[in-house]
Parts: sequence; C-alpha cells; structure tokens
Amino acid sequence: MADLLKTRGLLDIESLDRGTIQELLDRAKFFQPGPGETYKRLESLKGKTTVNLFFEASTRTRVSFEIAERRLGGDSISIAAQGSSTSKGESLVDTLNTLAAMRPHAVVMRHAASGAPQFVSRHLKLPIVNAGDGTHEHPTQALLDARTILDHRPTLTGLRVAIIGDIAHSRVARSNIHLLSKFGADIVLCGPPSLLPQELAQMAPGVRLSWNMQDALAGADVIMMLRVQLERQYESPMLASEYFRFYGLRPEHVELASPHVIVMHPGPINRGRELSSEVADSQRSVILNQVENGVAVRMAVLERILG
Amino acid sequence: MNSLLITGGRVIDPASGFDAPADVLIRNGVIEAVGANLRGDGCPVLNAQGSIVAPGFIDMHVHLRDPGLEHAETIETGGKSAAAGGFTTICCMPNTIPVNDSAMVTSYILQRARETSPVNVYPIGAITKGSLGEELAAIGSMKDAGIVAISDDGRPVMNARIMRRAMELAKALDLTVIDHCEDLNLSAGGDMHEGPQSVKLGLRGIPSASEDVMVARDLLLSELTGARYHVAHLSTKRSVAMVGFAKSRGLNVSCEVTPHHFAITDEELCTYDSNYRMKPPLRRDEDVEAVIEGLVSGVIDAIATDHAPHAGSEKMQEFERCPFGITGLDTAIGLSLAELIHKGRISVNRMIALFTTGPAGILKLDRGTLRPGAPGDVTVFDLDTKWTYDVQQSFSKSRNSPFHGRVFRGGPVATVVGGSIKWTRN
Repeated sequence: MADLLKTRGLLDIESLDRGTIQELLDRAKFFQPGPGETYKRLESLKGKTTVNLFFEASTRTRVSFEIAERRLGGDSISIAAQGSSTSKGESLVDTLNTLAAMRPHAVVMRHAASGAPQFVSRHLKLPIVNAGDGTHEHPTQALLDARTILDHRPTLTGLRVAIIGDIAHSRVARSNIHLLSKFGADIVLCGPPSLLPQELAQMAPGVRLSWNMQDALAGADVIMMLRVQLERQYESPMLASEYFRFYGLRPEHVELASPHVIVMHPGPINRGRELSSEVADSQRSVILNQVENGVAVRMAVLERILG
Repeated sequence: MNSLLITGGRVIDPASGFDAPADVLIRNGVIEAVGANLRGDGCPVLNAQGSIVAPGFIDMHVHLRDPGLEHAETIETGGKSAAAGGFTTICCMPNTIPVNDSAMVTSYILQRARETSPVNVYPIGAITKGSLGEELAAIGSMKDAGIVAISDDGRPVMNARIMRRAMELAKALDLTVIDHCEDLNLSAGGDMHEGPQSVKLGLRGIPSASEDVMVARDLLLSELTGARYHVAHLSTKRSVAMVGFAKSRGLNVSCEVTPHHFAITDEELCTYDSNYRMKPPLRRDEDVEAVIEGLVSGVIDAIATDHAPHAGSEKMQEFERCPFGITGLDTAIGLSLAELIHKGRISVNRMIALFTTGPAGILKLDRGTLRPGAPGDVTVFDLDTKWTYDVQQSFSKSRNSPFHGRVFRGGPVATVVGGSIKWTRN
C-alpha cells in the first residue's frame, strides 16, 4: 500500500486498507496545533513542488492544501482552471502532460467529472491527490472527518453515524461511507428518495438507508449534514421550501440523538437550507474543527506521498 | 468474375443443414457446388484444412462514419476491418453527416462501397429526416436506391405516433424497422447502467427501464401495424422476455445482441476506462445470463457488433465527456467462440446461424447460405488457434476497443466475397 500511495498518490478511500488510514490519522494528530499555536513547520517536502489544479471552484480545500504544502517546506502553485489553457479547449490529458513536463512532484486535483483522477493517473506517471472528483470521492475530506470524530470519541468502531442530505450527488458521503465502514461504524444514510439510491446499501458493510430524519437520528453519535448540490442535479428532487422541513437539521432533531452527539458539515453551509443557524453555531457543532483538521490531515497525506 | 475452390474444411451451412467435411466450389462469383472431391479446373484453391467453412458472415449493425466523420472511419477502412473480422457483408446505420435520409446519401454509400470496400455494404436508411424524430425521411426513394431497413439508431423516435406511421409505411414497402430502444427522458445525462456500480462510482445511471419501456412500446406498435420489427443491441433480461413473449404470440419481431453485451458487465467500469462506455450500457450478470439464454432458446436471432468507431482524441477524455460506443468487427468471432462455444452454451452450427441466416432473414437478404446459386461469400474460421488482439493492428481507423490485449482461442482464417479472397490470416 505504501508503494501505491507513493506512485499513484491518493485517488480514493475505497482502495485504502484500514491500517494505512489509521497511520494517516495518527500522523495528522501529530500535526494538530496546540492551543494558541499554528501548524508545525517541517522540512518533509523540502525541494518538492506540488501543483494544485482546481477545475472546480474551491476555497477551503485549496487553501488548506496550500497551507499544508508550505508548512511542510514544499513549493506549491495553485491553478484555477478558468485561468488555464483548458478554457482554450486543451484536453485534460494534454493539460496534465504539459504540467508534468515542468517536473512537479505531485498534482493535487479537483475535477467535476467522476473518475477524472483515475483517468489521468492511467496516462501520467505522477502521484495524484484527489481533492474531489465529481460525485465519486473526496478522500481527504473523509480523513479529516474521521480525525475530527476521533478528537471527540475514542473509536470509530460501533459508532452510530447519520449522514443526511443529498447522498446521491455527494463525494463526501461516498468517501465517508467507505472509511467508516472499514472501521466498523453503523451508518445510516438519510435523504429524499431521489437523492438516496437504494443501491447505496450495497456499497459497504454496515450501511442502512432511511427516508425519515427522526428515524435516522435516533441515538446517533455523529450527525453529518451534506450540502444540497444544486449544480449536480438534473431536476429538483423536491420543492426547495419543503427540503428544510423534512431534511433540514433543527435543534429538536439534535435532541433525538445521543446526548454527546457532534454535528458535522463539509461546508460551505447553507444556513436555513441544510441546518438551522442555532445548530450550526451550537456547542454540538464541530464544523470549524473539521476545517482545522483539514490542514493537519493534508499534511499527513502529502508527507506520506512525497516525504 | 471470380472462381475459387475451398478444400478440406468442415463445411457448415445452417440454411441447408449441411455439416460435413467437404469442398466448396465458387464459379463466377456464385456458389456452384458443395461436396467431396470437387474439381476446380485450374481455378485458385484455398486450403481450409482444420477450419470451418461457413456462409459469409453478415453484421447487420455497424457505423462506418462515412460521409462526414471520415477521421473516425471510412467505408473503405470499415470494410477492411469487417473482412479481417470474418464478415463478408455489413449493414451501416444512417447516423452520418449528413444523415442517410435521402436516396442521394444512400447512393453515395453504395458507390463508395463498390469502389473501395472489400465486403458487401448495405445501407440502412433513417426513419425521420435528419433522425430528428419529427417528420418521416424519404423512405420510399431510399428503398429504391438500395436500403435494406430503416432506423434512427442512436436517436430513437420518441414520438409513438411518428413511429406508428413509419411502421405502416415500412410494412407497405416491405422494409424492416430497427429501433435502438432507449427512452431518452429516462436515460438523459446517463453514463452507465444504473445499479450498485454506478452508485459507487458516482456516475449517472441509465436504468434498464429506459430500454424496456421502448421495447414494450415498439412491440405494441408492431402488433398494431403488422410491421416487421427488430430490436437493435438488446441488453436487458426484461427486453429478452418481452421479445420472447411477442414471438410466442406470433408477432413478426426479431432482435440482435452485441458480443460485448454477452461477454462483459458493468463491473469493468471500475477503472473509468471510456472504452467501456457505450449504449446500451454494459449491464449486470443477470442480464448477460438472460441474453445468453436468449441466444440458446432462439429468442435472439442475430449477433451484431454495433461497431462504433471514435477517433482517439474523442475517447481520451474524462469518462462522462466521451462519446458512446466501441469498435467490434475485429473481435466478434473471437468473443462469440469464447463466451458461447468454448463455454458450451450453443453449438457451432447455431453460432453460424446467428451470423448468417439470422440477419439475412431479418433483412430479407439473398445471402447467408452455401446453396448452389447463392453469392460466393464464405467465412473460414477455426476454433482453437490462440491469438492476441492488438488494436493497433486493426484496419479500422479507430482504436476504441476494450478488448485490446485479450487472448482469444479461435477466430477468422479467411474471408471470401463473391469468390475472391479478401483477407487471410498471416
């Protein structure tokens, strides 16, 4: 597995084994800043150049990769696809080949097409870090979510995790399902029928589906809310005004969960659409911890691949 | 005209029930005799020792991309690929630029074929003008110019009323109506078969129902109009069941399956390799099993490749941006032997029928048999020689095959069209 990470990079969670994930999570803990500190400054990526290639808009993921790269002493360049030659009609493979000719050591890539990193990886001998591909996977998000849960709970095993919202179009959900399942969590996926394909139940062991929020939240240790991905939907699955009524997270829902429940969201949050402001700003919310862990987890991943 | 004596092979002609070691004598481009120890009187001889000698194989569903998309394929290169794949006759779909919706385009295709193709080419005309699904094409003039069927392959007629009118006209003109069965509203935006695999990969699904509802609609319209109706590249277990049901009720319907739909499933898509992107999409094990049972039981009448060449750059993109379709002429016999013969699912005799009498009957072609007087088209193939498919060696202009590197057991040995050897192995 170590060799694959070094040669291919991190394409998905599905193909990682539990041991590798645990190592990354442990290392991320080492990178977490103490109170009042910032992230550790290391030299693990000294002399290494990383290109962050974002074909889809991103703020938090891009910035957190950039900070991770710099704290590890590496050089990095970020490219937004709008400003690159792709807007002049260059194909993805040509763009990557052109970049590869400038000899970076790794490419961090976000792309709107599912499987784009897998496709590029077949034609390019360069480690790729998948920073989100279409509706497929977002592996570093799942790692930072797991790190965040483990900051509040001793183990993932046996944990009850409710993932609520637009599961069908969520790469965050897919990566989390793979990761949590590998550690033996009980996962409930909840959303309106057209955003909750029944085949999700076959994706990994320990996954159950529900259309009912109250049912999904009963006894939950972790609530993961997902953004409603309007840009990926062909037609509205239900009236927007009804969505919050049935699948928006409000304080009374949190009461149904375990008393020590934590509420997570990959961001950016839509207040009043997926969750109410009261919940987003409550003591239960660990949304900013997630962002904080984003840097630590990406440091661990980059160090593992390039260090 | 060409004469040829093919000696020493096992001759199988499903149309006449002949299956024995024999020679085949073609004189002046026409089968003269099949029997022991024939004399060629000095005409060229093709030694078929150790091989099977069959009527020329017919592929009733190919895309030649000519006119208009000659960077991907031409009538010449598609024809050469067909000959190398063991086919003596191919029928080309009308989705060219311009669409074959007029006698002029039909005549162009036939003329180019005469000038450049080593194999017989029969055009299939469009059902509607421009295959836009709105108004009927010049079906009568195309029939006079030489089309053998009508189809809006790839852009199915969504309006049932127009499909009804097309079937009525086709019945009067004695033409078969071929439909690519896909409800475009149900399949819109889809990348692959909708199921556990599409959900896991985050690719948009094309449900089996998008095929099934169109098969159901068409079978009902075929009953209403009495038209001869054919389902192209059927891929789901329910479609097989419905065609079987329609046949049991005596409807004049038929269907074909492609080799890839009986050889592989949507599990292959885990690598996001665009060479597994086609319509209909690769389906599940249960569908593959149903299709093979359809080949065994006789519900399925023909094997056709749906040879769909695309230039390399078009397939070298993110999966969801690539066009649908794969090439198939080179590998059809190899895949059929691997999945149907070597696994003991059907007899060699039945396999030959699926490539000869099956399509010839559907399209009413005067071909697909070795009876004296028939055109001198012969496919020679063997059952056991190991070979590795190298897509770079294909005569096709395109390289979009998922079977590159696959090792086959048995395949085409020689292709004879009108008594003339058009291709031999080695």
